[in-house]
Amino acid sequence: MRTTHVQYAAKAFVLAGAFAVITLHSAATLAAASGTISGTIKVDGTVPKGKAIDMSKEPSCAAKHPTPITTEQVMAGTGGNTLENVVVYISAGLQGSNFPMRTEPVTIEQNGCQYKPHMIVLQVNEDMKVVNSDQTSHNIHPMPKQNTEWNKSQPAGAPPIDAKFTTQEVGIPVKCNIHPWMRSYISVFNHPFFAVSDKDGKFTIKNVPPGTYTVSSWQETLGTQTTQVTVAAGQTAAATFTYKTR
Amino acid sequence: MAKLFAIVMAVITLVSVWIFVAHTWWFPTVASEHGVDMDHQFKETFIAAGFAFLVSQLGLATFVWKYADRGDNRKIRIFPGGARWLIILSLIFVGSEVFALEFVGQKVWSAMYFKKAPQDSLRVQVLGGQFAFYFRYPGPDNKFAPIHVDKIDEGTQNYFGLDKSSDEEAKDDVVTASLAVPINRPVELLLEAKDVGHAFYVRELRIQQDLVPGMEIAVHFLPTRLGKFEVVCTQLCGLGHYNMRAYVEVMTQENFDKWLADQVSQQ
Repeated sequence: MRTTHVQYAAKAFVLAGAFAVITLHSAATLAAASGTISGTIKVDGTVPKGKAIDMSKEPSCAAKHPTPITTEQVMAGTGGNTLENVVVYISAGLQGSNFPMRTEPVTIEQNGCQYKPHMIVLQVNEDMKVVNSDQTSHNIHPMPKQNTEWNKSQPAGAPPIDAKFTTQEVGIPVKCNIHPWMRSYISVFNHPFFAVSDKDGKFTIKNVPPGTYTVSSWQETLGTQTTQVTVAAGQTAAATFTYKTR
Repeated sequence: MAKLFAIVMAVITLVSVWIFVAHTWWFPTVASEHGVDMDHQFKETFIAAGFAFLVSQLGLATFVWKYADRGDNRKIRIFPGGARWLIILSLIFVGSEVFALEFVGQKVWSAMYFKKAPQDSLRVQVLGGQFAFYFRYPGPDNKFAPIHVDKIDEGTQNYFGLDKSSDEEAKDDVVTASLAVPINRPVELLLEAKDVGHAFYVRELRIQQDLVPGMEIAVHFLPTRLGKFEVVCTQLCGLGHYNMRAYVEVMTQENFDKWLADQVSQQ
């Protein structure tokens, strides 16, 4: 007997249903099967105050800062003994190399002649958008050691620039060729397990497969620190880093 | 047709001279001592050149009017001796005028460049680099600490590559992004270029000087008027040349001391 349309539809429906159940179950299993690394970046000693930045050569940017902004080399978090803007990432222990690409958009904004955010973290080959919100031209210039160096002019009102990096590299300095005081850092990873400490000095790395890892932190003037963590499924592993200032 | 040409010539000549006489677009008010002599030099040159211009162009217009072809096949009269004497006379006339202006003009030039800055000048180092000017005051010791090129880091505001931990003279150096000077006190600027050629130009102060990599070029002036003036780069230096500027403010001594103390606190 030849299969009728109804029977085809029925078969397709059953197959689709089975597929959906299997996929959902896998996702749930995966989610349940991964853990989190969370912690705080602490600082021992006083955090030096930033220096005021004089933007008088660019009046449209100076106007956006009635109180001048300060340099951002070491940013104290709340509580006085934490650090903001520290990059935290898994540096060893990951199995395999085929990690899913993150879906959160990465944007670096030039606003008030300042890069926002100051620390950019993304994956290898992930798209990054460079946006110019100022009334003046900027020329973004990342200065990597492993990746290809480039710079691109962006007049006021120009569309966002798309950029990506092909090699893992931590702490690529970024400057603006037109405004010498502008500075930020880009860190690129082979995997999606990284974070930047927030204004309370806290960070969280989600969806980490269970295992034992070396986790590193990087601060632009205070350098790198490492610690070991073991991540168990459905649990949060704690990692704390303490930097000393003179 | 020739008469029309003669009229147009005369009109253009008179209007263009009038623009200068009426100061339609004139220099911004001078703010330095040598600037007064410089403006005087300009005026003398304009008058000399303007007079020669009027005589020659109106003379030409008159000749065109009087001796234009009337279409009646008259014999053409030629200046006796041909062009040779005309050329010799014009060379003598123009040449002596140029010569005279040079003698007068070198006074201003040598006063600026061949005379050294007074001993009690306020010295400020100016560093021009793509694409901003930064300034350094030597502090109470009146000494500029050495520039360590490998320590130059714009991200941390160390534009002059100072090593405050090991150079004693660096500890009181004051680095700023704007230039302030007290009125009626001699100022000596020491101009340096960090990367490529730049120039330092302040219209009101009547100063324009190239910054050449590898050279420290001294320029001195005496500010005579309070105000805030724009410093612009006038030597094409790259994609941000149009954006390369700073501001110089001439203040009372009292305000200058306050400003400098404020800058010291921000170092």
